[in-house]
Amino acid sequence: MSDNAILTTALVILGLPLLSYVLTFFFGRMLPRKGDFIGVSFMGAAWILAIRIFICFWKIGDPAYRVEASFTWVDLGSLHLDAGMLVDGMTSVMLMVVTTVSFLVHLYSTGYMHGDRRYERFFAFLGFFTFSMLGIVLSNNLFFLYVFWELVGLSSYLLIGFFFHKHSAANANKKAFLTNRVGDYGFWLGILTFFTVCGTLNYFELFAHVHAGTISGHLLAWAGVGLFMGCVGKSAQIPLHIWLPDAMEGPTPVSALIHAATMVAAGVYMVARLSPLFGATAMLVILYVGAITAFVAATIALVKTDFKRVLAFSTLSQLGYMVMSLGAGDSVNAMFHLTTHAMFKGLLFLTAGSVIHAVHSQEITDMGGLRKKMPITFWTFMIGTLALSGVPGFSGFFSKDGILGSALAFGMTDGHYIPFILGIAAALLTPFYMFRLTFRAFFGKPADQERFDHAHESPWTMTVPLIVLAILSIFVSGFKTADKGWFSKFAVPYDVPAIAAEFHLEASGGHEDVALADEHAAPAHEEPAGEGHETAVSGAEHAEAGHGGHHDVRHTAHIRAMFMSILMVILGIGGAWWVYFMHKVDPSRIQARMSGLYTVLQGQYFFDEFYAATVYRATLWWAAVCAAFDRYVIDGIVNGTGYLTRMMSWASGLFDHYVVDGAVNGVAVALQGAGEGFRRLQTGRVQTYLVYTSASVLVLIVVYKVL
Amino acid sequence: MGEHILSWMTFFPVIGAAVIAFIPSERKEIIKTVAAAAAAVPLILAVQLFVNFDRGTAAFQFVEHYTWIKSFNIEYYMGIDGLSVPMVLLTALLSFLCIIASWNISKATKGYFALFLILEAAMIGVFCALDFFLFYLFWELMLLPMYFLIGIWGGPRREYAAIKFFLYTLAGSVLMLLAMIAFYLNVQDPNTGGHTFNMLFMMDQANHSAWLKATDIRHLLWLGLFIGFAIKVPIFPFHTWLPDAHVEAPTAVSVILAGVLLKMGTYGLLRISYPILPDAAVWFSFTLAIFGAINILYGAYCAMAQTDMKKLVAYSSISHMGYVLLGMSAMTSAGINGAVLQMFNHGTITAMMFLCVGVIYDRAHHREINGFGGLGLQMPLYTSVFSFALFAAIGLPGLSGFVSEAMIFIGVFPVYRTVAIISALGIIIGAAYVLWMLQRVFLGPKNEKYDDLPDISGREMFTLVPIGILVLLLGIYPMPVLDLMKVSLNNLIKVVAG
Repeated sequence: MSDNAILTTALVILGLPLLSYVLTFFFGRMLPRKGDFIGVSFMGAAWILAIRIFICFWKIGDPAYRVEASFTWVDLGSLHLDAGMLVDGMTSVMLMVVTTVSFLVHLYSTGYMHGDRRYERFFAFLGFFTFSMLGIVLSNNLFFLYVFWELVGLSSYLLIGFFFHKHSAANANKKAFLTNRVGDYGFWLGILTFFTVCGTLNYFELFAHVHAGTISGHLLAWAGVGLFMGCVGKSAQIPLHIWLPDAMEGPTPVSALIHAATMVAAGVYMVARLSPLFGATAMLVILYVGAITAFVAATIALVKTDFKRVLAFSTLSQLGYMVMSLGAGDSVNAMFHLTTHAMFKGLLFLTAGSVIHAVHSQEITDMGGLRKKMPITFWTFMIGTLALSGVPGFSGFFSKDGILGSALAFGMTDGHYIPFILGIAAALLTPFYMFRLTFRAFFGKPADQERFDHAHESPWTMTVPLIVLAILSIFVSGFKTADKGWFSKFAVPYDVPAIAAEFHLEASGGHEDVALADEHAAPAHEEPAGEGHETAVSGAEHAEAGHGGHHDVRHTAHIRAMFMSILMVILGIGGAWWVYFMHKVDPSRIQARMSGLYTVLQGQYFFDEFYAATVYRATLWWAAVCAAFDRYVIDGIVNGTGYLTRMMSWASGLFDHYVVDGAVNGVAVALQGAGEGFRRLQTGRVQTYLVYTSASVLVLIVVYKVL
Repeated sequence: MGEHILSWMTFFPVIGAAVIAFIPSERKEIIKTVAAAAAAVPLILAVQLFVNFDRGTAAFQFVEHYTWIKSFNIEYYMGIDGLSVPMVLLTALLSFLCIIASWNISKATKGYFALFLILEAAMIGVFCALDFFLFYLFWELMLLPMYFLIGIWGGPRREYAAIKFFLYTLAGSVLMLLAMIAFYLNVQDPNTGGHTFNMLFMMDQANHSAWLKATDIRHLLWLGLFIGFAIKVPIFPFHTWLPDAHVEAPTAVSVILAGVLLKMGTYGLLRISYPILPDAAVWFSFTLAIFGAINILYGAYCAMAQTDMKKLVAYSSISHMGYVLLGMSAMTSAGINGAVLQMFNHGTITAMMFLCVGVIYDRAHHREINGFGGLGLQMPLYTSVFSFALFAAIGLPGLSGFVSEAMIFIGVFPVYRTVAIISALGIIIGAAYVLWMLQRVFLGPKNEKYDDLPDISGREMFTLVPIGILVLLLGIYPMPVLDLMKVSLNNLIKVVAG
């Protein structure tokens, strides 16, 4: 395939789901089967095209090979914003992941959503989501990454709230959108910082700028933390993880596609894609956030009895692993785990849907013994569980192992052992809660005989996707770790110096149209040395790591981590088998003995309650204060001014009436009186006038004399 | 009409109003048809403007320049540049759609439509006038029809709202009048040496008298003009007339009020204050950014606390106009272009929101947010349209509001970083109040009280769909509007920021 053919194919892949959305949204109602075949067939076509691109990059075999094309979207002379597309090895893997799961979920939904009154809307929204997600994957700059980032947020909102007549769904979708907005706030500020300082948002140009020291120091750290906030929101990391468990209000295929396999991984993809932009400080934040999420979410999963919620918390936990891997400077393994996780977690959610479809309940307390009733569902679920638990041979083993190895290597070189300890603890909990789920839902005696009797295996449209994903869950790893297997053909750490050389940015740091003069003055390259955190800064160190002491550390760490994690899997599965299969220990007794801990876990560490008591309340209180201030103070002043003016006009009216008018009238009265007086003088007789005249003259003479 | 296209746009509605005056009041259909036709002509001419406008120059185009009152050097001077073109297009579009949206007005139909057409004429006049006296005349001419439209066809507290609006705006006008007279007396016509109202002469600093060159005087004049325009925008704390006027005004009048009239404040600042007093604009810019941030956050918080749908939308207007101020304060290409684009986009988006509120008010006869619920099942089409408008309002990418907000932040971030960071909180709070309202009105179980509400009608869709298409297209590709304005606005930045 030529470069142009790759780009055209990618554009078609992007366009197909959009077209499916438009057709289904506007015309679905009029079509036979409400137009579901459009979504399925278009996604099937997109899948085939994605395979073509994947094969093409397989043949190229060079992870650094990339195809890019941009066009000017906004041009104001001094402001340029480009829209562009980037296809490289990592993109082709993501295209595969998204189209595979999306196609299978489309197919699965024809069975699962059958008979819903907004059936065509569901397919339209699925198409829109796929389009937005592919947009994230294909963008070559941060601005359009953000655009599609928000659009997947919208599709998530629409699909979580698909059953919006339920209050819980209506609350959940609002919560998801708003929580994501908090993350996006930081994301957007990070983007603004990079754009202001570097004058570009193209990924590779930014890498070159970071390498050249255009942006460094505190500014780079803050910008990195800002970008990561976007990941915290979208990939549901603590403390913004609260929306994901509630998002399970959406139909189960949506949970599989959006809230397990693809969208929630977008944050991981973003950080991995932009890994050179994160300085050492930001990386440390990422590492700890990921590790804490991995562990905390796994503990909550231990006590949940809602089938989907257990899976939701396990998703949180696995996303935490990926983020931890990013923070340890191993973005390749993060992407590898993203890929394997998409397969087995997509699978697990779809099997969950199959179970829920059969027993009409999500509570594992209503299940039990389903193994015999639903054999395909059971066996595929088992494969997913084994993969998620990290049982050797299954895909999850290879990817999770890589992450734990990197975390341990990071601890051995930098002294931060806590993330690894949390990670390995989560590796113990994962098989335990997964097998707890398995034993309670599929083994033992049916808890609810009536539900059990009605349960049946799902139709082929639902089981075929399960089988395909189960096969992928086994084989997707290629039975090798990321750096040794097929994945190394598609993703390696960026060779940042080479990228910088491409843009002729080794030495210069000058971008004239930005005003942050103070940051420009800051010395370049000031931070990494002090913290000795080599792996984080850029891919350059990875290249060096190939030969040197660092390599040995990594090798040792990976071996140790592998043995520890295998031990954890044995312990975890054995523990679950002991408690939930052999019933040697009564879980309710443990629960009673550790009731405090149980309450905390069941209450999900009370994050929701905490936010309700602080953030929500404060916001609503402050809104009420503002509104009251507006109504009573500001409008009060306005109305008061109006009132005062009226009062003054009333007063001046009175004044006018009594004083001014009084004076005028008084003068008139006086004049009238004078007139009356003078009238008497006017007699008409000449003699009288003569007397007056003489008298007047006399008076005048006297006055004159006196003066 | 080619020669005097701006005059035709301005005065054709007046001709329509005059014709309506001669139609007997009971012939309502004819009155409405004439009004629609009279508003359609400026819209057609606006399309012609859009096509023929030369994007490559910052000079004024379609100029009409005649002596009017010779003894005071008052001229009939009309012309448009990149700043006014988007506003003229917006006015022509919204006026026409509002006439259609007013089809159900039954009280004193004749007066309503005649006044509406006069209002349209005055609005287009304001955006075209290049003589300060003419500008002022159109500016004041707007007040009267607006006063009656709110005061007669408004809601229960219409008289209070109308008087408040009228007096408030008038108070602003007085300050503008004083500034205008000061300019008149202190700007010399370079050709004749006499006083002048010509704005282009006023913009040339060489024509300013020694008195007008004094910094204190310039700052004082700036403040006078600023308060005058701030009342119109409205900028905190001069904004309380707006929620009252909006709540009481009939739907179409709210649309015009929010869609066009608010823009006149920011238009005035950019048309008059910035180029005539550029140094004062720079002096004031940080304060303007602060005002912008206050408008954004304060408006958003107030909106969150509202229980009346229309009031919520009114406060959201205050919040969204804050972005315009923020962009203007930056004096960067991205900032100012974003600000004017935001003026245009807010005009379209808020128009959609008010029209949508009108739809439900016509049916349920109330606007209490908490009184609804579950309308999504009862009125699915209406729900889609309203949600579209609401998501546009919270700056969802792909819709036009996002583009302008993003440009504004790109423009202001390098200049006033802290203010930008604080203002950006508005994107969270904005989403919060909008989604909360959306949930309370449309989501949740069906409300049996509203089982017989019909979905949105064809006529209502006719008013909403064109705006919606515009919002979508400009969100996907904003250059058609940016191309119109960028040369003029970049030139303005050169004038102001040097």
